[in-house]
Amino acid sequence: MGLLNLANPTRFVWLSDRLLPWLSGAAVLVLGAGLVLAFQAPPDYQQGETVRIMYIHVPFAWLSMFGYSLMAVSSLGILAWRHPLADVAHKALAPIGATFTCLCLITGALWGRPMWGTYWVWDARLTSVLVLFLLYLGVMALRAAIDDPNRAGRAAAVLTLVGFINVPIVKFSVDWWNTLHQPASVFRMGGSTIAPSLLWPLLVCATGFTLLFLALHMLAMRTEILRRRVQALEARAAAQAGL
Amino acid sequence: MTRKSRRLVLIGAGLGVLALAAGLILTALNDTIVFFRTPTEVAQQQFAPGSRLRLGGLVEPGSVAKTGTAVRFSVTDGNAQVTVAYTGILPDLFREGQGVVAEGVLQSDGTVKADSVLAKHDERYMPREVADALKKSGHWKEGEEGGPTPPPPPAKAAPPKPAASAPVPGLPPVTPAAAPAVRSSAQ
Repeated sequence: MGLLNLANPTRFVWLSDRLLPWLSGAAVLVLGAGLVLAFQAPPDYQQGETVRIMYIHVPFAWLSMFGYSLMAVSSLGILAWRHPLADVAHKALAPIGATFTCLCLITGALWGRPMWGTYWVWDARLTSVLVLFLLYLGVMALRAAIDDPNRAGRAAAVLTLVGFINVPIVKFSVDWWNTLHQPASVFRMGGSTIAPSLLWPLLVCATGFTLLFLALHMLAMRTEILRRRVQALEARAAAQAGL
Repeated sequence: MTRKSRRLVLIGAGLGVLALAAGLILTALNDTIVFFRTPTEVAQQQFAPGSRLRLGGLVEPGSVAKTGTAVRFSVTDGNAQVTVAYTGILPDLFREGQGVVAEGVLQSDGTVKADSVLAKHDERYMPREVADALKKSGHWKEGEEGGPTPPPPPAKAAPPKPAASAPVPGLPPVTPAAAPAVRSSAQ
């Protein structure tokens, strides 16, 4: 419990004030380096220059699942511990995760057209990622539909945990069923199937996008905490004016 | 047991039941979730002529015959072949030995009249020089060599690292003939 007691909103704002500049700076530097490396990487033997879409598509895909997993952990924090910071983290994650998932779908479509010959097919991988995107939107909508913030948070947390079933389906869809999407290249049994000269830029890009994701999340959490304080102050002021 | 741990156990049990339900549903729907049929499945399952299907496999080398925009080729998974007739623009990746998915109508003579042909690419990415070097040194696995032998050979040496096509333990099995052909040995 010691760690949880440390994680109160006031301490979080104090910590984020100090961490955010470093986190954002690191994100810009690593992402910049990653994108430069992505353009210096050799073209693929089969896909040619088109393979460069991988350097943004794959990080978006990874982070869409990473974001949802973080949201599921926050849901446990909401439901089991009733921790206020977990609720803030959960609320801040949904729009960021939805954006990354949407970008994953868009970049994937732009990659699919020249390589496969189609923007979209209803295979297991593409469909399950679309479901992931809709789950993010559903979590946001559910939260917005309930007025009482505590009940809204709990309802959204339940939906998040139910939808978490979809994350392993996204990951293993290419192994369980035959799909148009190719199987995993990096996180797979037997090691990566990407040549080192193409893999390194991808890992740098992925690190950069992860830092960006974390920086955005920290900023959004901080904003949410401050918004709640403003609301509390306004409510108090209104109550006093009413007396 | 504190209230917190009781809640955690409740959540865990709920998720366990949900996961089980999802697993059962997905296993039951296994046949409809697959994106394409392999030539072996088409041969075994006796689809009625006139039925629509997606056929996936490798373009058999030497089988491509073009006349104008009309093209005929065989799709193979190493065991069986199905001839595909298609009129239209083929994707850039279409070539002999390449993984493709053709969607169309099964004709009474056993061929497929496709209205769309999509190219598949595999999970391997490498610069051209590396691919050439691998081919030269004999470490290259051509698509049709690996073959869809169910069960797949234990060590499928796909460059640059061995591609372990063993199923992940605890997961529903893939249709035996379906997977390996286009998975690890398509190129």
